[in-house]
Amino acid sequence: MEQVVANGVYLGAQYALIALGLTLIFSLMNVLNFAHGQMYVLGGFITYLVYGRLGLPFVLALFASGATLAIVGALVEKLLFRSVIRRSLREESTMLLAAAIAFFLDAVILLLFGEKERGVPKIVNGVFISDALIMPYDRILIGALALAFILSFMLFMQYSKPGRAMRALAQDRVAAQLMGVRVDRYSMIGFALGAMLAGVVGGMLVVITGVNSGIGGPISIKAFMMVMIGGAGVVGGAIAGGFILGMMESVGLSVLHAYGDITYLVIFTALMVFLSLRPQGLMGKPWG
Amino acid sequence: MVNRRSALSFMALGAASAVAVVSATFPADAANKVLKIGFVGVTSGPAAAWGTSNVRSMQTRADWLNEMGGVKIGADTYDISIVTFDDQKDPKRAIAGMEKMAQEGIHYVVGPNVDDGAAAVRPVAEAKGIMYFPYAFPKSLYAPPASNAVLGMIANYQSGPAIYKYLKEKKGVKTVAFVAANESDPLSQRDGGVAAAKALGLQVVADKDTYQNDTRDFTPVLTPVVKLKPDLLVLSGVAPGNAPLLIRAARELGYKGLISTETAQDAKVLEEGAGELANGFISVGGASTPEIASATMKEFVQRYTKKFGEYNDESNTKVYALEYILDTLKADPAAIDNVAEFKKTIDTFSAPNPFVKGGGKLKYVGMTSFGQKRQVAVPMVVNEYENGKFKTLFVGEVD
Repeated sequence: MEQVVANGVYLGAQYALIALGLTLIFSLMNVLNFAHGQMYVLGGFITYLVYGRLGLPFVLALFASGATLAIVGALVEKLLFRSVIRRSLREESTMLLAAAIAFFLDAVILLLFGEKERGVPKIVNGVFISDALIMPYDRILIGALALAFILSFMLFMQYSKPGRAMRALAQDRVAAQLMGVRVDRYSMIGFALGAMLAGVVGGMLVVITGVNSGIGGPISIKAFMMVMIGGAGVVGGAIAGGFILGMMESVGLSVLHAYGDITYLVIFTALMVFLSLRPQGLMGKPWG
Repeated sequence: MVNRRSALSFMALGAASAVAVVSATFPADAANKVLKIGFVGVTSGPAAAWGTSNVRSMQTRADWLNEMGGVKIGADTYDISIVTFDDQKDPKRAIAGMEKMAQEGIHYVVGPNVDDGAAAVRPVAEAKGIMYFPYAFPKSLYAPPASNAVLGMIANYQSGPAIYKYLKEKKGVKTVAFVAANESDPLSQRDGGVAAAKALGLQVVADKDTYQNDTRDFTPVLTPVVKLKPDLLVLSGVAPGNAPLLIRAARELGYKGLISTETAQDAKVLEEGAGELANGFISVGGASTPEIASATMKEFVQRYTKKFGEYNDESNTKVYALEYILDTLKADPAAIDNVAEFKKTIDTFSAPNPFVKGGGKLKYVGMTSFGQKRQVAVPMVVNEYENGKFKTLFVGEVD
């Protein structure tokens, strides 16, 4: 049982960090960023390039992933989303734009990094073994790093000036503007931060799960699931959604494995029932 | 009104069009005819590695043959042109791809890569007179009344029993656990593997454990399987991208037994994804291990690497289909636009295998499995991964 719980916590920490960036962008701009998974993949490949191929320190590689994706995110917001949001009141316009960016990034990543699964050397060797639990040290380290990033992000959003401005934007865009918050500037910072989170988590997880050019779509779908569980646009909801999904996967795969691959069938069924009763998710608000 | 800028744009467009028309009308080597060979398979998404290695193998070999002056078939010499279509692992798109091949007048197609795609294109191929070489295992594609598909590799129900028998006799394997992705190909391969293992008298301790193909962390999937401590863990139909992750998760959970699969893998992917934890991993390979590779195969690997920057070991099994198509056409030039002729020639065809040492033959097989010759004869090379390289464990053959 300890193993199942540990697997769930570890998966949950990964998932929560993936979902954070997605929910941040949604809360600030009401944009469903379908390209979030592709941004994760790009971050993974940058870490692969810097750490795995060039042999530079892992921390530097993570920084490179985060910085690159922050720049990509800022440019995407400034050059694409800002223009579409200004010209169109229809929400599907931004959704189509996000889907187009996802396809574009998929193709670019495939061209740049090829079709193969890529991995990097372990950052920590060895496995923690006790009677009840087996956990490689690199997973423990990455799990701890993910938790640290989540905590840092929450502190940043709570106490920093940009964090407060972004929270204000998320609560009421017009009121925030009237109070002097520079909407364009903080929308761009928020999008860059969301993309940076995707890049950082992609970079962190490449040491455990590797990366390949085709996983962006599935990663986005999982991130959407977490956001749906926790409540769209709510930071705490994304974290809760991540941990709930991680734990459900871990418990399901352990308890239901004798019945074939029904874990996700059960998860999706539970999600449908849950959303029919509480469409706004755990922490979301029914009015958006 | 036409301003200066738009006039310049029109002129540039016109010049580009003229160059394109002239290039198409007067190809660089006007002496040779062009023979189009198609590819319909997956070159994007999570399974991109399967089709990409197909396409690149075909393009590498075609370029090489064209560079040598083309392929002489009957009285004519042809440059080989590879026409590709990405079906995105979607049967509907695979049908569209096969329709496109028919529209282009193509009679010989390599692919699709997966079971449902290969089954979906069968009616189109049969109606439009196309022979196709899938990398998919359902026997109904190759057994009568089907006659247009030729299996492009060794099927798992052919390699699996040989691998399990070897491991039972040489490594003392008694218990086996199977893990497969929850998709049609891996599941059917798992079922075939389970039947083969039971037929050999092995005890199957797990045959229900599956995973979503987009899983990135396999620790929860493998935790219950590893607890059973099987002598052999079979990763049925595992995609090259998932193999290192599964191996790594199993080893980190303390699994000490053997791990095998019946699909082709890539040594570099295993090295990067699992490192030394992948040592001892057994998979099916092709023709590039030093023990059996001919000079032609070595040159093929060099050319592929030069063209695409990196070789893919999966191409060891995928180098063959184009060779079979061209050599069969050489043996019966009337088949170039007549697949009925091609089918007749299949029964008697034989040519030297350029890719392996020791005078192997290219010939069609499949009588035992399908009741007719609808499979290319490629050496059944069973490899073991060791420190970044494959070494050949044994070589078998299919009749």
